[in-house]
Amino acid sequence: MKLELRKIKVTDLALGNEMKFENGLLTIDPQVIIDGLMEDVNVKSVKVDIAKPGDKTRIIPVKDVIEPRVKVEGSGNGFPGVTTKMEQLGSGVVNVLSGAAIVTIGDIVGFQEGVVDMWGEGAKWTPFSTTYNIVVDISVVDGLQPHDHETTVRIAGLRAAEIVGEVARNITSDEVEVYEMGSIFEETNKYPDLPKVLYVEMLISQGLLHDGYIYGVNSQKILPTLIHPNEELDGAVISGNCVAACDKITTYQHQNNSSIIDLYNRHGKDINFMGVILTPELTTLEGKFRTCDYTAKLCKSLGADGVIISEEGYGNPDSDLLMICKRLEDSGIKTVLITDECSGWDGMSQPLADTTKEAVAVVSAGNVSHVVNLPPAEKVLGNPEAIATLAGGWEGCINDDGSMKCELNAVIGSTSEIGYHNLTVKLY
Amino acid sequence: MVKEIERYGIPIVHMSTITTISESVGANRIVPTIAIPYPVGNPTLSENVELDLREKLVKRALTALTTEVSGVEYF
Amino acid sequence: MTYKVLYYVNQFFGQIGGEEKADIKPILKMEKVGPALGFEQLLGGEAEVVATLICGDNYFNEHEEEALKFIIDAVSEVNPDIVVAGPAFNAGRYGMACAGVANYVVDELGIPVVTGMYKENPAVDHCKAKAIVVEVSDSAAGMRNALPVMAKITKKLLNKEELGLPQDEGYFPQGKRLTVFADERGSERAVKMLVARLKGEAFETELPMPVFDKVEPAAAIKDIKKAKIALITSGGIVPKGNPDRIQSASAQKWGKYNIKDIDSLKGGYYTIHGGYDPVYANEFPDRVAPLDVLKKYEKDGEIGEIYQYFYTTTGTGTSVGNSITFGVEIGKELKEAGVDGAILTST
Repeated sequence: MKLELRKIKVTDLALGNEMKFENGLLTIDPQVIIDGLMEDVNVKSVKVDIAKPGDKTRIIPVKDVIEPRVKVEGSGNGFPGVTTKMEQLGSGVVNVLSGAAIVTIGDIVGFQEGVVDMWGEGAKWTPFSTTYNIVVDISVVDGLQPHDHETTVRIAGLRAAEIVGEVARNITSDEVEVYEMGSIFEETNKYPDLPKVLYVEMLISQGLLHDGYIYGVNSQKILPTLIHPNEELDGAVISGNCVAACDKITTYQHQNNSSIIDLYNRHGKDINFMGVILTPELTTLEGKFRTCDYTAKLCKSLGADGVIISEEGYGNPDSDLLMICKRLEDSGIKTVLITDECSGWDGMSQPLADTTKEAVAVVSAGNVSHVVNLPPAEKVLGNPEAIATLAGGWEGCINDDGSMKCELNAVIGSTSEIGYHNLTVKLY
Repeated sequence: MVKEIERYGIPIVHMSTITTISESVGANRIVPTIAIPYPVGNPTLSENVELDLREKLVKRALTALTTEVSGVEYF
Repeated sequence: MTYKVLYYVNQFFGQIGGEEKADIKPILKMEKVGPALGFEQLLGGEAEVVATLICGDNYFNEHEEEALKFIIDAVSEVNPDIVVAGPAFNAGRYGMACAGVANYVVDELGIPVVTGMYKENPAVDHCKAKAIVVEVSDSAAGMRNALPVMAKITKKLLNKEELGLPQDEGYFPQGKRLTVFADERGSERAVKMLVARLKGEAFETELPMPVFDKVEPAAAIKDIKKAKIALITSGGIVPKGNPDRIQSASAQKWGKYNIKDIDSLKGGYYTIHGGYDPVYANEFPDRVAPLDVLKKYEKDGEIGEIYQYFYTTTGTGTSVGNSITFGVEIGKELKEAGVDGAILTST
């Protein structure tokens, strides 16, 4: 498979009367997005706003982040199986509005959403303070059940990304990234001496605001499955909106999965990167045993020498992570795990819910309970009061002047367990 | 929490789905349950079948509390 | 202004005598004695050692309560900005005395303490979480190397500067896992770590696996028909409106609610837990905390009594430290209420 991502660099963002891109400036006509999203009968109203890096703007509560793109050659524009008809992803040419992002907001269940600060202290903690954000606030019709509400918001965000992505259709790009890989046999013939490496990406699969989708299939319903890394980079995997915002993998992060990209960069040099195994994190013990056994079996069948396993979420998925690790290490496959920790406000608590001695190589993406102090914003997109009901916010954490305290828990992408951000934990 | 309550000499049974974690955190009496969002229920069942399921699980918990154990034991 | 330091030593370093003087009671000297002299010179005028506390090692270990009472009074009187103890090298009883002083001063007075010990001194584990314990050699021959490190850290603490990493500064890690920025993103670090492992090169995990302790099982209930049973959940089931504002994740508190007069949680309760799909629990909270069945068994006489309070918190993202605190607090209440057994449900 060969996928070309033609990166069109967005260096400024404005609202205007038409959709266009010129000299780095992306202009958005809110009405075009609103009209597009209002086609869904479940959408009651849509507000569109923008937030640029450095603006004293706080976005809250964030549901998902999506990169606007358009496929100009090859099959599968949009998000096949979700917003467009089913097609094979992973090949072709995609024009990417690189540096821009759709950020969806709007209450779903009244708790559990994320914050993005575009400036100052808060900006350091989230990767989405450096993107030019088109913020889409989606309200749904009255009486919609929570699961339908979530679906409506999820699809509206993806649609918005497609609408904005269209702007890039006829733009020439400054920079082209090529992701190309043959079959496992071809690559192994090319690099017979390099260790064979797989990437196991765990997906939280536990219900409302705790789901992921592969070509539109809820990951709750799959057995662990092998996909080509290009398929994920091309939009095959999306987020079912978020709860604990710090480590939910947003759709944007699937489209730009840092573990995939960093493994690709070593492919043919230090390693033979063979592919991605998507593994659901289920809610039953039987389910966990089944998926962990199955994942280990796939790794063994493919002859992996080394595996990177990334978690999504914390708590019960720690158990899946460590079970997969133990099964692989016991079969002689070397693992590296990426997780985050719940070490408490003071960092003195045990970091994980479970433990296994085989987990000897672990990357920590930060303590989700690390407390950050955020200064008052000049402009709030969304609902500032939401922080008190966020996972990681608490009563009394907003002061009268608008400054607030929260745990990283509430900051979107802060402790990304696909290793998208640059936090870690040191023992003091 | 389980361990700290047990330290007072109060027998405690942990009804949990992810029993691997129960063991790690030091529960001694464990009743495996249905699923994370509904440990002692199952919304796909009819009302009386679901009630019967819950009764059986609670019964097991009571058996656990009335059984001497020397280490981790499942009920 | 120069900061005030109070120095703590044993009978030997306090120049009173050797083993034969190990049972002397604590004394406070408003002067610099033993290592305090050299230590003050290393502070470069930023701080002054105003007094030295001397106590026999045997006296401290055999009469800890009396010794600490004297010491706390002396520290309160001197009112130093910091207390420096030892270094105790590999001396077990001296180490335990330094640790005892350190923990007490930090806990009771909130004054920082710096001490020094050899890595195998059992006292290290007793006080490293509260005091800064500098790693020193195993004998007094290492005094010359130990004092400058202790002095450097003392000055930083006095000036409210943040200490660097334990291995860089020379102290034992206190067990605080602090979030910091790394030079590379997590995925890059993971790939590097994997490549190192595959090549058989050295690598260092960022998260050593936790070790969980065990507790002896409590004795079984003899007669369930007379027993008082408490229901507890970490599934975040609370009365609608969440009156105590329990957090949806990373809970900082627990709640207790009177369930004496209800037969089910249905209608009046819902979940605020942020870690699972709440729809099914909201429909019927007894799916998470089976009060309906427990009440039925109580009526049928199968259980003596359901304790009138139901305890609840959120398990997701809640630190083990907090859950230990919750367990200690809830367990105490249950004990005092004469509860015979408890059922804890988790999601």
